[in-house]
Amino acid sequence: MSDAAHNGWALRTTPRRSQWFPKPSALPGFGITFGFAVTYLSLIILIPLAVLVARAGELGLDGIWRVATTPRVLAALQVSFFISAAAALINALFGTIVAWVLVHYDFPGKRLLDAAVDLPFALPTAVAGIALAALYATNGWIGSLFAPWDIKIAFTPLGILVALIFIGLPFVVRTVQPVLQDLDREVEEASATLGATRTQTVVRVVLPALTPALLTGVALAFARAVGEYGSVIFIAGNMPFVSEIAPLLIVTKLEEFDYAGAAAIATVMLGISFVTLLAINALQAFSRRRFGHA
Amino acid sequence: MAIAIRAEGLAKSFNGTAAVRDLDLEVQPGELLALLGPSGSGKTTFLRLVAGLESPTAGRILFDNEDATALSVRDRRVGFVFQHYALFRHLNVAENIAYGLRVRPRATRPADAEIRRRVADLLDLVQLAGLGKRFPTQLSGGQRQRVALARALAVEPRVLLLDEPFGALDAKVRRDLRRWLREIHDRTGHTTLFVTHDQEEALELADRVAIFNLGNVEQVGTPDEILDHPATAFVAGFVGEAVRLPVNVASSSLRIGPHQLRISCGKVTGPAELFVRPHDLALATDSQPAILARVLAVRRTGPARRAELALADGLPTVEMELPAGHTARKGDILPVTLVNLRLFASR
Amino acid sequence: MRNGVLSESPAVRRTLIALAVGFLTLFLVLPLLAVFSEALRRGLDLFIAAFAEPDTQAAIGLTLLVAAIAVPLNLLFGISAAWAVAKFEFPGKSLLVTLIDLPFSVSPVVSGLVFVLLFGAKGLLGPLIDDWDFKIIFAVPGIVLATIFVTFPFIAREVIPLMQEQGTAEEEAALTLGASGLRTFLTVTLPNVRWALLYGVLLCNARAMGEFGAVSVVSGHIRGLTNTMPLHVEILYNEYNFVAAFAVASLLAGLALVTLVAKSFLEGRYGDQLARAHRH
Repeated sequence: MSDAAHNGWALRTTPRRSQWFPKPSALPGFGITFGFAVTYLSLIILIPLAVLVARAGELGLDGIWRVATTPRVLAALQVSFFISAAAALINALFGTIVAWVLVHYDFPGKRLLDAAVDLPFALPTAVAGIALAALYATNGWIGSLFAPWDIKIAFTPLGILVALIFIGLPFVVRTVQPVLQDLDREVEEASATLGATRTQTVVRVVLPALTPALLTGVALAFARAVGEYGSVIFIAGNMPFVSEIAPLLIVTKLEEFDYAGAAAIATVMLGISFVTLLAINALQAFSRRRFGHA
Repeated sequence: MAIAIRAEGLAKSFNGTAAVRDLDLEVQPGELLALLGPSGSGKTTFLRLVAGLESPTAGRILFDNEDATALSVRDRRVGFVFQHYALFRHLNVAENIAYGLRVRPRATRPADAEIRRRVADLLDLVQLAGLGKRFPTQLSGGQRQRVALARALAVEPRVLLLDEPFGALDAKVRRDLRRWLREIHDRTGHTTLFVTHDQEEALELADRVAIFNLGNVEQVGTPDEILDHPATAFVAGFVGEAVRLPVNVASSSLRIGPHQLRISCGKVTGPAELFVRPHDLALATDSQPAILARVLAVRRTGPARRAELALADGLPTVEMELPAGHTARKGDILPVTLVNLRLFASR
Repeated sequence: MRNGVLSESPAVRRTLIALAVGFLTLFLVLPLLAVFSEALRRGLDLFIAAFAEPDTQAAIGLTLLVAAIAVPLNLLFGISAAWAVAKFEFPGKSLLVTLIDLPFSVSPVVSGLVFVLLFGAKGLLGPLIDDWDFKIIFAVPGIVLATIFVTFPFIAREVIPLMQEQGTAEEEAALTLGASGLRTFLTVTLPNVRWALLYGVLLCNARAMGEFGAVSVVSGHIRGLTNTMPLHVEILYNEYNFVAAFAVASLLAGLALVTLVAKSFLEGRYGDQLARAHRH
């Protein structure tokens, strides 16, 4: 026996049997739970989504392209895309401030505010929609403050922005907050002992560590905003070419029994979500490799 | 004598990586057997195979000469103590211990009063009387370990299996628990297998020790046999504080680096490995064949003094126990001889 | 930490707190207050009268019914998926976990649309279903399906990471002690994940009762028959019956508040028994 044996190497042998599915375990119940989970997933999620894509596929790629580039659809997609992006960016800034304040400072009402961040997750979107519309209309509590300057918020693209900020905020705060919490205090102290000012520490040490989480949160907020419907339609005004969002156009197409057209727009939106999802996964994989946490 | 557990040609691989290879082992009834080896040597996998927590890729396991390979974990009646205890965190200590009795089919389940009595007895046995209402999170590591043992004993197992039972504890608690486990074993007489990578623990505690390496057993024997008569180079190198020296054997002389030592080397010839422990070296008398070694350092280990010696350039340094009162100092040259020869032909 | 190098100056700190509080007030607190304020604008009598409407009561009933079907089914799914994913090793596991989260990235409208494409009059299975004289779209089954779709991941994503983290040692211990598989699950696994399950059920239920977009597409908005509470809010609002609309909305907002309070309570009291993401 050679000295190498000390380290107890793993020996590689060719498996005689084909790969087990699952790997053998003393625990029972894999067949029934796995079977039920996969069947249910397929029936509720996968098959319906496949039907959607197949339906859009009937138009062919150029057919989808034609639907997606009709001026009204294109305008709606642009409204959805750009206002969602704007809302996500505003949330990036204020969401980070909120997370920062909740993690680092103590002030009266902090716990309440912390719990309130999840409100958009819990409040039905239709309720949010009519509440925001009432609040930001020219005769509402906030809308009336802007009325003297002739700024209209509700029933304009600005209204959509307000609704999408509301919807996206918790995604940013809830992704950034835990990372901020777990950030090693010693690293900040090390930075200070090396002579950095507080601003330098925050800009050079804290924010870079926060970036992957922040980007993930922004991407999540964006993905949610692009598809958002309930809270937007009440405050948007829904003017074609101005404040009409893509999900609303799907509903319109359905009401006209243009199933293929609806499926085409839906497929384009699925594509956008899919790309965003891929970006989020890539970000998290990168963050895990680089920082050891997602 | 009957055999309590017998493994025949046992093998287990994960994803094509062999963890246990063609392993044969016999366990005597009532003995305390330590499974000792480096990490990854297959000892825990073997223990889990015995318990039925893994199913073998090949081979058989017999309990009392009956094939138990196809028996499920439930039916094997083993008491398994997990490395991190695996206490049920939502149950208190008494409920944890009673669990194995309470899950029995109604026909064989003891009455509530009987269960309570057994739990109280076990709490006494593991010296945790009065802590039955505590939850696992409210216990120290050592206490959790003892609850895990009581829980395993409650089902009156045919065999007790312990996976690194003291692995997660600090040194002081380890030593106390070690002695205590030995006492419990002597009192209850369970056939017991325990996995460890700590040779001091294995050698001190066990009746016999099985040395694991690369998924197989290199040697099974009493601590004395293992220490004094290692069967393989691996055992000689793994057990005891041995230093391995490359040597060459030719016509009853041993070549260590530049030194030639006229000494009987048994059947070994050619390139070989010599395993040297501090007690294997002694100061040579004038008549003995000797190597001149240079003292690099002298240090105190408990009551004795040890010299760290350089035999030659390029060889690992060795240690030697100095006789009481010897005044060796750094830089001295000492004549040294081998009083014990653990020699294995190189492969 | 009064040290200016390790913490921000009081002025900066006050500014940041003011910004955060202001922003949250503007976007979260005020809308919530507005719901109740609008609902009570014309007095308590009109507020209460809104709930005497048979259509409103039908909407409340339907919402409860839909949640009572969707939540238990998703609970069953969450537990099954968690058991398979957390306790076993099999190829394709990470794909399965990713697919479970898929509904989160699908627009609610699209979630409803897929069922219209499947079961609608011009849908794939539409003619077939018509022959049986059974309606899915513009009927309760469609609403249930759409609700299940959008609430699909809520429970699974709470339980799976927790069960994975807890590993299999306790279950193995139970088996060595002679417990059957089912017994092990009921007495060991389930108690260990009960708070996470409750947490998931809370969120799942809130979304199931509040879902608007997906349900709107499949419902057909038939008053008294296929209107859930959120849809009823929309109808009342579009009829300029603001008090009634906000009255029903305030009931939903109350549900949201209860959910938030229960959620905070679980995080505070049983945080160590929830998936890592919710531990404070």
